[in-house]
Amino acid sequence: MYGKKVKLRFIFLSSIFLILILSVFLILKSLEENVVYFISPSEIKSLNEIDNNKKIRVGGMVKKNSIQMSQNTVNFVITDFKNEINVIYSGAIPNLFGEGKGVVAEGFLNDRSYLKAKKILAKHDENYMPPEVKEALEEKN
Amino acid sequence: MLKNFEPNKIFVITSKATKYVRGLFFIIVFIGLIEALILSPEDYLQSHSVRIMYVHVPSAWISLGIFSSIAILSFLILFFKNKPSILIAKSLAPSGLVFSIIALVTGSIWGKPTWGTWWAWDARITSMLILCLFYFIYIIAWRIYQDTEKVNKVTSFIALIGAVNLPIVKYSVDWWSTLHQPASVSVFEKTSIHHTMLIPLALMTAAFALFSLLIFLMKYNTELIKIKNKGLDRL
Repeated sequence: MYGKKVKLRFIFLSSIFLILILSVFLILKSLEENVVYFISPSEIKSLNEIDNNKKIRVGGMVKKNSIQMSQNTVNFVITDFKNEINVIYSGAIPNLFGEGKGVVAEGFLNDRSYLKAKKILAKHDENYMPPEVKEALEEKN
Repeated sequence: MLKNFEPNKIFVITSKATKYVRGLFFIIVFIGLIEALILSPEDYLQSHSVRIMYVHVPSAWISLGIFSSIAILSFLILFFKNKPSILIAKSLAPSGLVFSIIALVTGSIWGKPTWGTWWAWDARITSMLILCLFYFIYIIAWRIYQDTEKVNKVTSFIALIGAVNLPIVKYSVDWWSTLHQPASVSVFEKTSIHHTMLIPLALMTAAFALFSLLIFLMKYNTELIKIKNKGLDRL
């Protein structure tokens, strides 16, 4: 149906396209450490060595009943339901920060179970519903 | 039909279509805005700031959709030298650029009160910025090159390279841990948005789609007039 020229063009361009996809894939694969925005408490546990001067981000859920507010510092525990990490932070708290909600804490590790955060971000989930529906759901449980 | 591309005949259709699309757009955007800003409920967690979603999400969808269309058209241009696709692809780009910027800006405005930051270099946001830059490069390339043959090749090639980024934008939230939440609306899975919020979202998506169609038609008509002024009957 199509001439030899079209076929050649097709082979040429699709090979360029494939190489392009492959190289983007390999680049992203090798940069995985930088592409992920945060790591979990379990990943911190399995780190071979910790660098106290390297800024890292830890993400997970704020453990229930773990938030302790004092004058201007907040203590809480980030959990991924396997491992936990204690976080100490002083500064502005985002609106959606709360127990049982997602959080990302950015700061410096003291040791494998203690993070001094410089910034905390609330992580939101994909659920949207009116308050009445949320109440009805909670009553059901 | 596509072989004989006659600007005159097409212009008759597209110039009439503009009027109807504009009318429909105003009706849908009116209902959509009332739904989104007044009738829809507030979110249990975010309260009223959830209303940013009705602008943010449709803009992001449409900018992705338009770039996908440009990539498919560019494929036709490069492989089959499909002439009508050239003007369509060129005319689609401006509204795609605008919606990608709107998605980034509203995302930033939404991020401050909910996450606590204007910007984060996470995979979703960064890949969306790259999409926006590809729109810029694509549009600038159309202006830089004068030679018709060359400009078609260069722009189509840019669109195909940019197409590699599209699945990254879409699946970044599933592939890597990101600050951005995963998709709420999916074709195959149950949506996690309550139906009272899904209605304004659907209406605003329809309104934005009509708006980009309108901008596309206006741009396309301008391109047709340009061709006519050059004294060409067909491309």
